[in-house]
Amino acid sequence: MIEKLLKERILVLDGAMGTMIQKLEFSEEQFRGDRFLDHPCPLGGNNDLLSITQADAIKNIHEQYLLAGADIIETNTFSSTSIAMADYQLEDLAYELNYESARIAKEVADKITLQNPSKPRFVAGSIGPTNKTASMSPDVNDPGFRAVNYDDLFEAYRVQVAGLVEGGVDLLLVETVFDTLNAKAALYAIQHYFDEKKLNLPVMVSGTITDNSGRTLSGQTVEAFAISISHIPLISIGFNCALGADQLLPYIKRLAGITSFYTSVHPNAGLPNAFGEYDQSPQEMAALIEKFLNQNLVNIVGGCCGTTPDHIQLIAEAAAKTKPRKIETQTHA
Amino acid sequence: MPRSQRLLKLSGQEPLIVSPETNFVNIGERTNVTGSRKFLRLIENGDYEAAVAIALEQVQGGAQILDVNMDEGMIDGKAAMVKFLNLISAEPDIARVPIMIDSSKWEIIEAGLKVVQGKSVVNSISLKEGEATFIEQANKIKWYGAAVIVMAFDEQGQADSLERRIEICKRSYELLVHQVNFPPEDIIFDPNIFPVATGMEEHKTNALDFFLATQWIRENLPHANVSGGVSNVSFSFRGNNTVREAMHSAFLFHAIQHGMNMGIVNPTLLEVYDDIPKPLLEKVEDVLLNRKEDATEALLSYAENIKENKKEIQQEEQEWRKKDLQSRITHALVRGVDQYIIEDVEEARILAERPLHVIEKNLMAGMNVVGDLFGAGKMFLPQVVKSARVMKKAVAYLQPYIEEEKTGDLKSAGRILMATVKGDVHDIGKNIVSVVLACNNFEIIDLGVMVPPEVILQKALEENVDVIGLSGLITPSLDEMVFIAKEMNRIGLKTPLLIGGATTSKAHTAVKIAPQGNGPIIHVNDASRAVTVVNNLLSEDKSKTYTAEIAAEYQSFRERFLDRTSSKSYLDLASARKRKYSIDWKGFHPVVPNHLGLISLEDQELETLVPFIDWSPFFRSWDLHGKYPQILSDEVVGQEATSLFIDAQNMLRKIINEKWLVAKARFGLFPANSEGDDIIVYDHNDFEKERYRLITLRQQLQKREGQPNLALADFVAPQSKGVKDYIGTFCVSTGFGVREIAERFEKENDDYNSIMIKALADRLAEAFAEYLHKQVRTHYWGYAVEESLTNEELIKEAYKGIRPAPGYPACPDHLEKETLWEMMEVEEHIGVKLTESYAMWPAASVSGYYFAHPEAKYFGLGKIKEDQLLDYSKRRNITIDEARKWLNPILI
Repeated sequence: MIEKLLKERILVLDGAMGTMIQKLEFSEEQFRGDRFLDHPCPLGGNNDLLSITQADAIKNIHEQYLLAGADIIETNTFSSTSIAMADYQLEDLAYELNYESARIAKEVADKITLQNPSKPRFVAGSIGPTNKTASMSPDVNDPGFRAVNYDDLFEAYRVQVAGLVEGGVDLLLVETVFDTLNAKAALYAIQHYFDEKKLNLPVMVSGTITDNSGRTLSGQTVEAFAISISHIPLISIGFNCALGADQLLPYIKRLAGITSFYTSVHPNAGLPNAFGEYDQSPQEMAALIEKFLNQNLVNIVGGCCGTTPDHIQLIAEAAAKTKPRKIETQTHA
Repeated sequence: MPRSQRLLKLSGQEPLIVSPETNFVNIGERTNVTGSRKFLRLIENGDYEAAVAIALEQVQGGAQILDVNMDEGMIDGKAAMVKFLNLISAEPDIARVPIMIDSSKWEIIEAGLKVVQGKSVVNSISLKEGEATFIEQANKIKWYGAAVIVMAFDEQGQADSLERRIEICKRSYELLVHQVNFPPEDIIFDPNIFPVATGMEEHKTNALDFFLATQWIRENLPHANVSGGVSNVSFSFRGNNTVREAMHSAFLFHAIQHGMNMGIVNPTLLEVYDDIPKPLLEKVEDVLLNRKEDATEALLSYAENIKENKKEIQQEEQEWRKKDLQSRITHALVRGVDQYIIEDVEEARILAERPLHVIEKNLMAGMNVVGDLFGAGKMFLPQVVKSARVMKKAVAYLQPYIEEEKTGDLKSAGRILMATVKGDVHDIGKNIVSVVLACNNFEIIDLGVMVPPEVILQKALEENVDVIGLSGLITPSLDEMVFIAKEMNRIGLKTPLLIGGATTSKAHTAVKIAPQGNGPIIHVNDASRAVTVVNNLLSEDKSKTYTAEIAAEYQSFRERFLDRTSSKSYLDLASARKRKYSIDWKGFHPVVPNHLGLISLEDQELETLVPFIDWSPFFRSWDLHGKYPQILSDEVVGQEATSLFIDAQNMLRKIINEKWLVAKARFGLFPANSEGDDIIVYDHNDFEKERYRLITLRQQLQKREGQPNLALADFVAPQSKGVKDYIGTFCVSTGFGVREIAERFEKENDDYNSIMIKALADRLAEAFAEYLHKQVRTHYWGYAVEESLTNEELIKEAYKGIRPAPGYPACPDHLEKETLWEMMEVEEHIGVKLTESYAMWPAASVSGYYFAHPEAKYFGLGKIKEDQLLDYSKRRNITIDEARKWLNPILI
């Protein structure tokens, strides 16, 4: 279904979940809800938990993005692995978080699809990088040390993937990849799960170029990153986060030139200002996104940190006016 | 999925695409324990540093893929594989190339696949153990995202003829492509390179069969690649490198012609094809291509006549290691690289007439470059401290030789005594200045912290120092400095005095200290200026004019300053009190704290404090000025700031993971009311029972109409209003463990890390204060449960309520800490002590009060008049002289 649509037009991904949640200014008590009233450590800031404790608020954010024109919404599960949840002593909640987040996102997506069946909506299971790196040492004096290993990541991702798929997502999105080894463990877990359940969902991968060196945090160039994750048939490969649309443009260009998969981009709303806030307006961002569109570089476009339904609405309008990138033969000489 | 050009694509941190144009991909083979005895020995001895250096040599020597093999019975191959791959992935110059994970054991291969981020090559799998294993392993390799080398090997054994090679490769290919769905371009065949010229009839076609099998694969198995280990072919000529090199190069030439596109070759055992002497080449090719019946005999007899002309195996050293000795030493100092310094210094020592000359000539020449670059703003403080680390290491190495010679002291540019004054424990700034001066060949006599004045003066006389440097962070230290200047005057000591530290200022030095002394007294607050100042002071021709200039400058500064101060007018205390900040208490209902009374946190998880760290002051402590995070991309200092920040992050990880520091807190929430400028603290169980009195001071500066004269007491409901109000007090410390760690670094001559740990502990203490304040606001006191602020907002202090600290602008009175310590029994519970000047020990500690009223704000007290001093002495029940001693810095 989604493959067919990708041939026809540019699909729009939603914008930031965190930014929208922050605006709601939930208190510690609201994060806890009744269920985690007596949880031994603070839960404020655990955005993914809101899918359980404030499900209506999360549904409402999904709905806002869908009404703004997003074809694909991401589940509120960026940090829903046992590894990332360890910060909140909620490792054991990983499956349920993913399942619930997928379930509510799907519920909202189905509702909006029903209102206009000619524009079907999809739910992508968001699979974040976790907060640890498998191919880098956090300790310069002990470069051989690793804070997390492949087996741990595999196990965490296996649970996340099961929760997402069983909760009803239409596709999976391994995103904000700063360490390719983490992503490879996620892809292994996905294949393992698909193989076991005899099913196959589209998989998107989106990396993060952390600065103008043009490399991922783990040091890979755009090309090396693409090569390292192209061993399974992805529906798309792209970049998100860390940079604004204008800074991402050259890297998407390079990526579009070498990959035989569809491409995606969901940049931040510019770079953070001195207060860590993103202040690129929807108009400014949409204007920058149009450059990608006019150069036929992308097939899926959306927003990351700092973007809102207003951003997505203007991006969707721009995307509707443009033709999608055609997958061309590879140009490696 | 369209893949019109199915090329083998591999990656490390950078891509490697094997296309017809890449010609031949060279695989480095020295990081293989089965092929290199040296590498095996290093791994067996656990010398991974040297093992990593071999990998670097390989890549620098042109290896495009690095083959890593740990198959040796005496080592734990799996552990060695993981450790080595992890280590090389931290070296960008190595990690840029893809890895070939080489093992005959599947568990080692799999362990390797789990630690490489790029697309690597598995070396190897085969049909040796049958189809099931082959398919299972291939499937996993596909999921791990690697390419694979397939050996021409099956259940019957290794392929040794052209037909067997073709048969096995074809069968393997079909299984992989059709059953496993393995991308054909990710398959690399190794059709077995075997020795030739062994004298055995059946070995005669070994090379030729390989060439033909290669050609068949490339023509019949679409997209597949061919590789092999080249040095096998010349096995029978071991010991005769001239012949071996010619054979390798001729073999490669023909193999590539036939379609081999990658291979394991030792580049140091490779002659240029065109440079092979014609007669030798002809005989080699006769053997390889099996062109003549007696080819082997002909080559053997030719080989015996070749004079072994051993090529020097050139160590591919980094460029700078090839330079002359002085350049290497200078390079090491400027770059802060200590890896080779001992060996270079040893070389210099042997050449030098006396060991001392190595320091005076070689090392100082390098340090002069460092000094020049630093002076020109081309190096920054953290780099200079790293240079000093190398210098110290070198000097420590030379020390025994110098002592053995007993030639007396090293001639230094001057002797400088450094001390943090009595009652003060802060020494980051002092240590940085010491390091920078030491780098410039000054001899530093560091007396440490809390040094009593008599010790400073006695040492200065004994050691006949040229300059005395005093440092202090808390305000009482200012008076200590004044006292020392007076004492120097009394005993007629004219040694120049340098004043530095966070609370010191040019104004204080010029107005309060300089007039007391009789020698030059100069305020130096940044390390980069210290060198210039000391050089000027000690230079024979400049000294006089320089001190005269400074004296004149301070004189005029003093006059202007006094003019300005006297032009400000101050209110008498009674009038100031009338202009207190008035809060409408009628409409205000103080929130009753959830927990009244005292609480200790004995071992706060350090990890939780990290997000609360305000990094900007951290950079300031290293003389890098700018706001975090923008400072990281600053045009001038960005690179250094980033490098410093990475070092800081790494140490921070260690601090947390290895529990270097223990964070403790003691805090309390009490019923309270104000009475005049005092705050009465009641028993937490009994609102009637007065337990303590906090004494606050009031601003007396004449202000504009409508602007209040503040005292902290204004933020607590007056007793007379009948409103039950509350106050909190706290002390946090992350300093437990700092001294031991710092001393450990100092023992290793590592000032950089010794300063780093202190700077980080200070940041953690501040972060702890911020964190605890938040816990108090949202939880223990709970007056701001709804609060949800980002860390940036916390740092900007965008929350309700304040946490002023005694000794800081709103309450400069350090004696208040005595009351806090009594109220909370701080020392008994968490072990933070107060020195005689009321500095906290350990130094990485913060203490203060909590005020919850939404209108409570930070302010600076400014100067106060004699009438308030008198009033204060009565309230505190001390003599006016004693009061004057403590409040001296804030008196008009």
